[in-house]
Amino acid sequence: MTSRAPLEHQAAWWMLAPALAFTLVFALYPVVDSFFLSLHRIFLGVPALGQPFVGFENYQTMAGDPVARQAFLVTIGFVLVSTALELVLGLGIALVIHEHFSGRGWVRVAALIPWSIPTVVASQMWRFIFNDQYGLANLLLFGERVEEYIPWLAYPGFAFAAIVFADVWKTSSFAGLLILAGLQVIPEEVYDAARIDGATTWQRFWKITLPLLKPALLLALLFRTMDAFRVFDLVFVMTQGGPGDSTLVLQFYGYKALFAEGRMGYGAAISVTVFLAIFVLSLFYIRGIGSRLLEKEPA
Amino acid sequence: MTRRILLGVGILLTVGLSLFPFLWFVVTSLKTQKEVEAIPPTWWPSGSLDFYQSALVDHHLTDYILNSVLVAGSTTLLALGIGIPAAYALARLRLPGKVWILGALLSISMFPQLAIAGPVWQILERIGGLNTRWGLLLPYVTLTLPLAIWILASFFKELPAELEEAARVDGCGPWQTMIRVMVPLAAPAIFTAAILTFIYAWNEFFFALLILTQPERQTLPVGIALFQGEFTMPWGELAAASVIATLPLVILVVLFQRWIVSGLSAGAVKG
Repeated sequence: MTSRAPLEHQAAWWMLAPALAFTLVFALYPVVDSFFLSLHRIFLGVPALGQPFVGFENYQTMAGDPVARQAFLVTIGFVLVSTALELVLGLGIALVIHEHFSGRGWVRVAALIPWSIPTVVASQMWRFIFNDQYGLANLLLFGERVEEYIPWLAYPGFAFAAIVFADVWKTSSFAGLLILAGLQVIPEEVYDAARIDGATTWQRFWKITLPLLKPALLLALLFRTMDAFRVFDLVFVMTQGGPGDSTLVLQFYGYKALFAEGRMGYGAAISVTVFLAIFVLSLFYIRGIGSRLLEKEPA
Repeated sequence: MTRRILLGVGILLTVGLSLFPFLWFVVTSLKTQKEVEAIPPTWWPSGSLDFYQSALVDHHLTDYILNSVLVAGSTTLLALGIGIPAAYALARLRLPGKVWILGALLSISMFPQLAIAGPVWQILERIGGLNTRWGLLLPYVTLTLPLAIWILASFFKELPAELEEAARVDGCGPWQTMIRVMVPLAAPAIFTAAILTFIYAWNEFFFALLILTQPERQTLPVGIALFQGEFTMPWGELAAASVIATLPLVILVVLFQRWIVSGLSAGAVKG
């Protein structure tokens, strides 16, 4: 037993080496380097300025930048509204596809379609649906009354609602699958016992299903929150952050600073801020999930 | 009774809301230019395939498809080739500190793309990987590894230890045990991880947008996001291109719904 341990350690390290190498070079080093870049003043368009170290100047600039504040508020608003809707709809989807009925496989297939569609395709699709002349939204709402057609994406409030709408459509089924996993581990006997005691469907849902689903709901909430925080594709395709910065989310603002304007230092400061926000959230996730794999056998 | 009515309504809503918006795009792709420009829009298409032809011929779509197949296919192969041994080591071998290694690997999936975008771009610039398909492969493999490792490790963990013991008694080392005994048993998990990795790489947009600048090298998501006509937005061609980009995914979902559901609900990392 003991003579095998060193050999096993060695083999384990070799098996892990490629995965660790990729992770170090293309994920961990870049994050550290982003932080390093964020402490410098770098304008790619003006190399003559050099790349002086400026401490936390970029972060101070960000704190005083009204556009950055707007992007922060838009992102928070987007995260709160879309994840709340996705949890409610996801719960509904999970309850439906958990039931036994003939053709359930096909209903699950249908629910998975929005999840599987490329976000870019979903974005173009919703952009077309909200189109002022040819869009489905106007057709459904106003039919022949063409003069009432609304250019949805040209109004700040509607444009924000449109990206929330698209995100909810695209990702509710993913939340639903996480919640479904929670439903599947609730033992049937609990419901049988409640039925014998005369509990109605409604009571069983509120008194049994929801409390026992709490871990799965929290997990779905964390996943969706972290994902909504890095929304990019939808905004790039549907609104480009407009109109009037009403859909300007942090990842899009940072992308513009980095790659359109060449403000490497400032863009890096935005990206580090987004990273830290998500990192704090992901600590909860690792604590809840990562340890479960190693501690006990999955059910 | 109320329960049955609720279920029926739920099924209708789930199926209807999931499919209807995309069906509208399918309908649009089968219209003629005249029908697309009708105000108010018409409900039924004439079933014309003009938009498919013009999307394929005039809009680089064949390039995008080829690039997407190459990039998503090789990402899947590489991520699994690297992920299988890593998952096996984390799930089955004794190694001090492996909780931390697993945690570090999994946390990568939470990184916002923006946080690594600048430096990844600079690395690729230095090694000549910008505007190449292999350059895109490097971040893709990195970002799909956590999900692949998570699915595989969860599965390896459940396999009985007796099989490994038997292999050891027969004189197999850790590598041989993994390849000859554990990998064949883990085929369902490998398959699930492969499907989810492929879908991720097929759909990814952010890094593809940064790294691939020439239309001949771009993947479907970039092509579709930057779709443009000469004067007006070519909605019909765009809808046709979108249907083509989505078709392989619909086929995967129809064929492998069970694997996808179990893979994602096993504690998936990203949708």
